Amino acid sequence: MSETQGQTQAKQITVLEAYKAALMDAMTDDDQVIVLGEDIADPEEGGVVGVTRGLSSKFGELRVRTTPIAEEAIIGASVGAALVGFKPVAEIMLMNFTTVAMDMIVNHAAKLRYMSGGQTHVPLVIRTMTGGGMSTGGQHSDYYEAWFAHTPGMKVVCPSTTEDAYGLLRSAIDDPDPVLIIENLPIYWTKGPAPTPGTRVPLGKAKVVVPGTDVTIVSYSRTALESLGALKAIAEAGISAEVIDLRTVSPWDQETVLASVEKTGRLLIAHEAVVPFGAGAEIAAVVQEKLFGKLKAPVKRIGAPFNPVPFSKPLEAAHVTDAAKIAAATIALVKGN
Amino acid sequence: MTTNAYVPDGPTQLEMFRKMALLKANDERSRKVITTGRLVMPYYSYRGQEAIPSALAVNLKDTDYLCTIYRGIHDMLAKGLPLKALWAEIAGRVDGTCKGKGGPMHLTDVERGVMVTTGIVGASMPIANGLAWATQLRGEDRVTVATFGDGASNIGAFHESLNLAAVWKLPVIFLCQNNRYGEHTKYAKATGAARIADRAISYGITGVRVDGNDPVALYAVFAEAVARARAGEGPTLIEAMTFRFHGHVFGDKGGYIPAEEMAEAIANDPYPRFRAKLVADGIATEEELAAIEAGFEADLDEAVEYALASPFPGLEEVTTDVYGAAA
Repeated sequence: MSETQGQTQAKQITVLEAYKAALMDAMTDDDQVIVLGEDIADPEEGGVVGVTRGLSSKFGELRVRTTPIAEEAIIGASVGAALVGFKPVAEIMLMNFTTVAMDMIVNHAAKLRYMSGGQTHVPLVIRTMTGGGMSTGGQHSDYYEAWFAHTPGMKVVCPSTTEDAYGLLRSAIDDPDPVLIIENLPIYWTKGPAPTPGTRVPLGKAKVVVPGTDVTIVSYSRTALESLGALKAIAEAGISAEVIDLRTVSPWDQETVLASVEKTGRLLIAHEAVVPFGAGAEIAAVVQEKLFGKLKAPVKRIGAPFNPVPFSKPLEAAHVTDAAKIAAATIALVKGN
Repeated sequence: MTTNAYVPDGPTQLEMFRKMALLKANDERSRKVITTGRLVMPYYSYRGQEAIPSALAVNLKDTDYLCTIYRGIHDMLAKGLPLKALWAEIAGRVDGTCKGKGGPMHLTDVERGVMVTTGIVGASMPIANGLAWATQLRGEDRVTVATFGDGASNIGAFHESLNLAAVWKLPVIFLCQNNRYGEHTKYAKATGAARIADRAISYGITGVRVDGNDPVALYAVFAEAVARARAGEGPTLIEAMTFRFHGHVFGDKGGYIPAEEMAEAIANDPYPRFRAKLVADGIATEEELAAIEAGFEADLDEAVEYALASPFPGLEEVTTDVYGAAA
């Protein structure tokens, strides 16, 4: 697969730089790619964390446009431009702010292809960041991927590495339909291999990051990295875990997950979002439906408890799905207690 | 009311009448077809508002974009949407513009620039901005019009959109068809501003209020706004004062509208008023106008039968057009 070619490069970059490189390369390759959002142009310092820094200086402020703080206007303008062939990449600064634009996303971007009988479509990418761990409290760190995954017409992507950040964003921009990219804020500054320019990571394809035999751990976004962090403790308990980074939450890669669980007989789904009605519920339902007789244990879900994200540091830590919780849940699942 | 240098000539006035006659006949036929049970659909009558899109359309080109709303069949017919494709769509048939998958609230006809019809109050405006931005990026000579009702001027999308269009200087026209009622609620009970046009001041753009039942006055206002947009001088908010003669949706008897208010509105019906003016001014004879009207009745006979004879979409369409083929 072409996505692994980049790993031969010695150069390391941050996840944030990978997103920026994807935008830079996409805009260079295709003049129909346009970018908009709050503070994103260089006079406004190229975004609050700098993902879009440098774009407006290179491509001009008509293609890279700072907007008012008005999320419905941002997504509306993106939908309109997309209807006539542009490929807008809209930045909604934080995932909680997507709620302000829900009508444009759910009632319009996601449905116009269908309602127009295929006359129009909306090749729109919405980038947004979120994630607990930075004491941003109840309105700046939620994971709402299940809301959008529950919406026909939408695709939902959650990268966790430099190569996926680059390759999935490039694929999202190529895609003819609206794609939501959920970027995890705390991992923006982690480093990984510099992706090969032009590389795509296909949407809807999971990655078996670490192979194993006793249990499958399915996760995505930062939680996929936490799952890898749990492996040492899991191995010390004498358990071989297979870790799958789903990468795309919708459409999710049933083939890869089912093949893995058929082999291991056990499944733990780990995500940062609250557990009830989360993406894990859908995965668990499909797995039990398809592999009922082959499961050695009930499918287990782990995620945040059903409360808003708290501010206070120890409370926030108790809320977030980390490596220690994943290790404990995995061991309990396999040992049967 | 507003006056400027734009005056429609005789043929243009006749063209506006022709569109008004089409719209009025189409509305009357729609209500009749629903009443007799030949079609079941949610229907939002626009009877009384025909002058507005008619005067707009004669100022637009086929290539100009329109974003309209659930009460918008008059807007799209005036823009050029063909009757047969309209009727097949509202009948849910495969020969409709959207293969019957949009229906009366979600018509799209890209060929005539009808880009979006939304069932969500206020939602025509944010999308119109994006179409206008596309025009700006490509350096095209194209105007985008977003139409909406008075109720929509109280929703966030209106304010976000006017502000963005102002700061981006977009070639867009925000056309409020003020029919005095948002669903069942009277204008003054829901709207703080005495005039919606005045809300333009907050965004530093031009706002104009016009008699929405006077095609000549409307023509002048639209011509000026279209010229402003084409010259790259930014958006215009137009408030066209009108009335709807029927309830919010078909079946709503409009009991919340006082009888005297309705009587006054019907006395001010734009259709007979403009028809009489054309005859009085010698632009057309009574016989010529009657022939236009009869022609549309015949077209509607044909369109309704065409629609009802068109097949329903195949059941494979239930799951088609959710996603396109990935690149």
